[in-house]
Amino acid sequence: MPEPPLLGVAALDAHYGDFQALFGVSLTLSRGEVAAVIGANGAGKSTLLNAIAGLIRSRHDAILFEGEPIGDLPANRIVGRGIALVPEGRRLFPSLNVEENLLIGGQIGRPGRWNLGRIYELFPVLAERRRQASTSLSGGQQQMVAIGRALMSNPALLLCDEISLGLAPIIVRDIYATLRQIVGAGTAAVVVEQDIGQALAIADRVYCLQEGRVALEGRAGEVTRADISAAYFGV
Amino acid sequence: MTAWLNTIAQGVLVGGLYAMFAAGLSLIFGVMKLVNIAHGDLIVLAAYVALMVTDALGLNPILSLIVVVPVMATVGYLLQRGLLNRALGEDILPPLLVTFGLSVILQNGLLQLFSADSRRLQAGGLDVASVKLAEGLSLGVLPLLQFALAVLVIAGLHWLFYHTRLGRAFRAVSDDPRVAQLMGLDNRHVFGLAMALSLAIVAVAGVFLAVRTNFDPATGPARLIFGFEAVIIGGLSSLWGTLVGGILLGVVQAIGAEIDPGWQVLAGHVAFLAVLAIRPQGLLGGARR
Ligand SMILES: Nc1ncnc2c1ncn2[C@@H]1O[C@H](COP(=O)(O)OP(=O)(O)O)[C@@H](O)[C@H]1O
Ligand SMILES: [Mg+2]
Repeated sequence: MPEPPLLGVAALDAHYGDFQALFGVSLTLSRGEVAAVIGANGAGKSTLLNAIAGLIRSRHDAILFEGEPIGDLPANRIVGRGIALVPEGRRLFPSLNVEENLLIGGQIGRPGRWNLGRIYELFPVLAERRRQASTSLSGGQQQMVAIGRALMSNPALLLCDEISLGLAPIIVRDIYATLRQIVGAGTAAVVVEQDIGQALAIADRVYCLQEGRVALEGRAGEVTRADISAAYFGV
Repeated sequence: MTAWLNTIAQGVLVGGLYAMFAAGLSLIFGVMKLVNIAHGDLIVLAAYVALMVTDALGLNPILSLIVVVPVMATVGYLLQRGLLNRALGEDILPPLLVTFGLSVILQNGLLQLFSADSRRLQAGGLDVASVKLAEGLSLGVLPLLQFALAVLVIAGLHWLFYHTRLGRAFRAVSDDPRVAQLMGLDNRHVFGLAMALSLAIVAVAGVFLAVRTNFDPATGPARLIFGFEAVIIGGLSSLWGTLVGGILLGVVQAIGAEIDPGWQVLAGHVAFLAVLAIRPQGLLGGARR
């Protein structure tokens, strides 16, 4: 029997009240692979990640993880299965210091290679600031905490929602270099970006969302910039 | 002079009780932004539970805490999971109305079960024992015990909030309940534990209240007011603030009563309004922790 893909999203719809944000979105990801999901503001990228992470409930079998349906599981049970989300806008806990933010990410106790020491090796600057309020950090450092917090749950799949948002280009480069290390060690990832450069460079597969639908899909090396801008802007 | 010293000392000790009223209230507001209108009635419920336990087991009221605390904590967890969680949401009005309804139900339920007669717990000599500190200045053993427990409760809560996993979960859920779920936290369970803890403190406060003064099913709302006043005086976001607020309220009330017995409660309200006007964030509010 062939091994099922790590993640299988099949004909996923999502609604906010009467408004439909996703229309039959499908996406497949193998173990250790990276998918880039790109698209304009409001295309439904965050909605897709939130649905996979369980913050938005969907149909039972709309999302398969390691072959098991997880579409209707709540977020607090999905993280234990091995999916971690780095939410858009970082969303650190302001009442928790840096170390507490990391520790709470690992409190479900999923075994794996990541622990506090490893996170501090990955981001040495966080070790120096471990007792500081997370709100006192720079934007880049806050993003490191957000990524570290997600890694602490030892995910098999890491979901990154616009981790470059609001950061200087040089910081974005560093963050993506680190992300490359993380996926290089075998963690699969779905990387959502509006800025396509970094996302395309790290991805094996590309999905372009447009108004809640997959407008383009392909291997990262095979889709051209022209295809992407056509799908991106709908021209 | 010693008369005044005596008054102030009594006020401080009563303040410990108010601090316990306030701590449970503040804890719930802090974790789930719920204003529990039934808090005072739950204190009275705890007093009646203690009454039943002391009657049935022949225990000293202080010892009855061994039973009353876990009973009230269980009531808190079930109340949260069964009722209050359903009312919580974006809008703060539904939970307010639900706890208001709960307050009415508790008062009427207690009235049906226990009648309107006022009751009191007898602490078998402990309630009249006192230690003499100086000529004219003696403090009751029970108020001293009550104050010591209040300090312990606040210190324990502080430790729990800032040095344990559960406290970390309380803070995270309070900061951002949505993202807290991504950490594997079940908010409904965390809220249940917070209410259990709140009602465990309510149990301690209820037993000491019942030994100190007469109570009947209608005495809850006044306890709620004192708890609120202590919370606001001390500062909403501060645990130690509830102790400071409780003590201040106790002292002001004692001084008011010394001048004219009718002024006791009024003096507390005036102090509360003064703090609200001059320093709305409370004495210890604004600063974290
Ligand atoms: N909580 C919400 N309530 C109502 N509409 C929403 C909500 N979140 C997102 N939307 C709408 O859903 C669509 C997709 O949003 P989103 O997934 O955040 O897009 P993206 O992340 O690609 O910018 C947008 O039209 C947005 O306005
Ligand atoms: Mg988004």
